[in-house]
Amino acid sequence: MPHRLEKRVLLEHASEPALRTLDGYRRLAGGYATLERSYKEMEQDEVLKELEDSGLRGRGGAGFAMGKKASFLPRGDMPKYLCCNADESEPGAFKDRELMQRNPHQLIEGIAIAALAADAGHAFIFIRGEYDEQADILDQAVAEAYEAGYLGTNILGCHRDLELVVHRGAGAYICGEETALLDALEGKRGNPRLKPPFPAVQGLYGGPTLINNVETLSNVPHIVRRGAEWFRGFGTEQSPGTKVVSISGGVKRPGNYEVELGIPTRELVYELAGGPEDGHEIKAFFPGGSSSPVLTAEEGLDLPYSFEAMAEAGSMLGSGSIIVCDDRVSIPHLALRTARFYHHESCGKCVPCREGTNWTVKMLERMVRGEATPMDLDVVSSVQQNIIGHCLCVLGDSMAMPVGAMVRKFREEFEQVMEDPDLVLDPHAVVRGAPETLGAST
Amino acid sequence: MSPVDGAGISNPNLPVDPAVSEGRIPGRAEEEIPELHEVGCPPELQERIETLMGRYPDRRSASIPALWAVQERYGWCTPEGIRQAAAVMRVTPAYLESVASFYDLLHTQPVGTHRIEVCTNISCWMRGGDRLLDAFEAAADGDDENFYVTGFECLGACDIAPMASIDQRYYGPLEAAETGVAIEQLRAGDEVLPEKALARRGLAGDG
Ligand SMILES: Cc1cc2nc3c(=O)[nH]c(=O)nc-3n(C[C@H](O)[C@H](O)[C@H](O)COP(=O)(O)O)c2cc1C
Ligand code: SF4
Ligand code: FES
Repeated sequence: MPHRLEKRVLLEHASEPALRTLDGYRRLAGGYATLERSYKEMEQDEVLKELEDSGLRGRGGAGFAMGKKASFLPRGDMPKYLCCNADESEPGAFKDRELMQRNPHQLIEGIAIAALAADAGHAFIFIRGEYDEQADILDQAVAEAYEAGYLGTNILGCHRDLELVVHRGAGAYICGEETALLDALEGKRGNPRLKPPFPAVQGLYGGPTLINNVETLSNVPHIVRRGAEWFRGFGTEQSPGTKVVSISGGVKRPGNYEVELGIPTRELVYELAGGPEDGHEIKAFFPGGSSSPVLTAEEGLDLPYSFEAMAEAGSMLGSGSIIVCDDRVSIPHLALRTARFYHHESCGKCVPCREGTNWTVKMLERMVRGEATPMDLDVVSSVQQNIIGHCLCVLGDSMAMPVGAMVRKFREEFEQVMEDPDLVLDPHAVVRGAPETLGAST
Repeated sequence: MSPVDGAGISNPNLPVDPAVSEGRIPGRAEEEIPELHEVGCPPELQERIETLMGRYPDRRSASIPALWAVQERYGWCTPEGIRQAAAVMRVTPAYLESVASFYDLLHTQPVGTHRIEVCTNISCWMRGGDRLLDAFEAAADGDDENFYVTGFECLGACDIAPMASIDQRYYGPLEAAETGVAIEQLRAGDEVLPEKALARRGLAGDG
């Protein structure tokens, strides 16, 4: 039995292994009935309207209204495309993995219905290459859906076609950025494109393209089946619906929990994820993956977990991934880890990001080695300021925002580390005290 | 024209140099697309790549899948394998090389048979990912022919931190002491740490 705080819509029946098969999906979840109804009885505009009215916001990071984005696609006979973003490579995020692994048909049905709204004839699931197991599961499910006539030509005799291809990436975080994803899908190195034009107007192969996250698209069958009003019955005015939240780091029960948006963050972290290890306290957390500015426990734990509350607090809900840092985590080392990731993943196309991530890593390394001066802290801060808003895509900002927040909120800790020779000695000085104990009680 | 690949293609306002879209490496002489009969492509590989190309509106979209097929066949993206794929796809080998070198999972150098990627990103690091990586390296004991052990960025399984991907399957949470067992199981061709396989885990909220 799920905890009373969980509200499972996307993860309903997900504990049943049979859900993964087409038969199981039909039997347990009434699967594909909505596809059938929408293809047979609904017009493009009706589907679009339902999605717009629902207020469903993108679950991939930016939180843009899904129905609105779909409505931006021009009408006409040109080929249009739908891309499902299953790249999920932001540190802390692992919800799409769970959704694809346990309920692949929900996603396929969502893609097929969204394709109706976008009038797309060709759809792709761009899945990160590391998710080989989930890609195998999707391949299998897509084959079953073709077999049953839910994909392919003349779907259910309705004179509509949809081809769906599972496309495996090969390991590059930047391919999750929507325009880099398009380049990767076109067979190139995954470099972001200049926007505008936006993908809705000129995307894959130059055609109008709708790009949405796995979780966003998994919501679609439910909304079209039960209506926008029903969907708005969950969550808050500005953040309707449920959210699969990935919680990891210093908690007793890390994992994915589906809750109504707007629930107190404390309940998510303490009641669902079990709170910190015994004898420890939460110091800070990333509310929305490693690109979201960290919040201190005092700042953040009592906020509702919604797009608007996190934005008001100067952070973001992002992909909905909470990474908890307990009192053993050294924030300067955390900043370094974070910066290294973005430095490694920067595609190098623009200078502020390529050089800024490089500089930040070098400065932070100097700090944790005890070779920096207090003035360097201001330099690090100013480097972050100079990255934000000056890059082609948001990867640069994705480092600058959390690192900037760490320096601002935990300045004393940085100053301590710069002086404390103990921390200098241990290159793995990840957590203070005895790292062995972290995770021992789970 | 920016030497950074593809800059012009993405931006409709810039003139597109066809050499860039074909992936010419600046400074290198114009490269020819090899002919199929010159490269000795195994028929299964050719057929596989042709099937992959058929799935996309534009054949070049199959470049990553084709490189995966090459890697599967030869263990890594060998220069010969890349030439074979290029001949089938009608693109230059340099184009495919430039694609392969962009992605962490495509190897343009030989690697060991078994691939062990140990996550050292935030959530795993907090739970001992660095020590897990050290332990795997020690357990593999320099046997580079059989084992490729590397640190990796977040693999999207922070719920089982610290974790590793072993031959494209996820395992966690792992103890340093289990690395020796895993290496022995790989050597013996046995199932690896079955009780730690992600596929066997239930939903966190089911208790
Ligand atoms: C560097 C970077 C990485 C991203 N990675 C992902 C990702 O892995 N998955 C995802 O859905 N969106 C990712 N995004 C957001 C996408 O660009 C895009 O906004 C999203 O896929 C749109 O889908 P949604 O509206 O349904 O959220 C990333 C953005 C950036 C800048
Ligand atoms: S911000 Fe970074 S990742 Fe994005 S385009 Fe510029 S260099 Fe590439
Ligand atoms: S941090 Fe290791 S899997 Fe995410």
